[in-house]
Amino acid sequence: MDPKAIAYLAAGFGAGIVILGAAFGIGKLAAAAMEASGRQPEVAAQVRVSMLIAAALIEGATFFALAICIILAVK
Amino acid sequence: MVFESSFIADTLQHTAHTVADTAAAAHASGGHSEGFNFMHLLEHMKNSTSVEFPGFHLLLPQFAPVHVGGVTFDLSITKHVFFLLLGGVLLFIASVYAARSYKMSLVPRGFANLMELIIVFLRDEVVLPNMGPAGLKYMPYLLTTFFYILIMNLSGLVPYGATATGNIMVTAGLAIIAFCMIQISAIKAKGLKHYLAELTGGTPWYLWLIMIPIEILGLFTKPFALCMRLFANMTGGHIVILSLFGLIFMFRSFVVAPVSLLFVVGIYMLELFVALLQAYVFTMLTSLFMGLGMQGEHQEESHTH
Repeated sequence: MDPKAIAYLAAGFGAGIVILGAAFGIGKLAAAAMEASGRQPEVAAQVRVSMLIAAALIEGATFFALAICIILAVK
Repeated sequence: MVFESSFIADTLQHTAHTVADTAAAAHASGGHSEGFNFMHLLEHMKNSTSVEFPGFHLLLPQFAPVHVGGVTFDLSITKHVFFLLLGGVLLFIASVYAARSYKMSLVPRGFANLMELIIVFLRDEVVLPNMGPAGLKYMPYLLTTFFYILIMNLSGLVPYGATATGNIMVTAGLAIIAFCMIQISAIKAKGLKHYLAELTGGTPWYLWLIMIPIEILGLFTKPFALCMRLFANMTGGHIVILSLFGLIFMFRSFVVAPVSLLFVVGIYMLELFVALLQAYVFTMLTSLFMGLGMQGEHQEESHTH
């Protein structure tokens, strides 16, 4: 197969797997945050701040992988 | 002036380029509907030597690269450099205006009120919990980081604007400065000897040979993550918006336009939120790393909230 074709295919698969990992991680995070807010509404604001921070960190790792996919796709 | 004679020529050249490109694309695809080139779309996000204003292209001054002892400096002004400078000037003017309005009354009104809201939020929620009272002397740096990144992120969402932080070299520069500040704050707080001793990680002397390179490498990963996070967040949002608009050109029909526009508006709102969030995350993580460096990673510190 043409190496370019394999690169495009790999970029597509890679992006799919990346979003799988990211959505799973952030989903678990959001579930824990919701539960904590439900149990103790007075700390809801602090939980929300920590949730946003953790989500941004997970997204950061996601974008590492996404950058590699982009490099593959624009070769 | 330098621009007048060249921008007309440049506009003509740019139009000629676009016409030639579309003609070439149409010819290469055999006149069928697949004249859409994704790479051409990404040109909007990449750096270029001209800045777009409504109606014309302003060709920016380009200088020959200067070689100073083996290192090449290319100081020519490109689109992203232009927006870097513009962001700096805007931030300077806004800060001076806000600071001056405190001379009238200590109670801020209007724009100064907005800046005070953000500054107090950063001080009470980010700097004081992470770095303690000793961190207040680094507030100017952290506030500059926050507002500068915010202005640069938001510049990309304005018509005819470009995101300077969508260039990995810009975010790398910001991350290098953050790295320097983290080390400087750690050395100032703990003293050079203690800082170097921390690099060994408390292991016996025979493990130092492998421990020190690993620790030094570990020092670099955190700013590298800061750089990649900001760059990829900004670039990713723009790629999605450009791709959604590119769908209109790919299908070559007007029916796609309202659907595309609807999605683009949604992603645009998300990008607005991400611009704010990424500026906050960069600042918060920098202050967190500075705080960790200042107090030492293995010490107990009581947090008063």
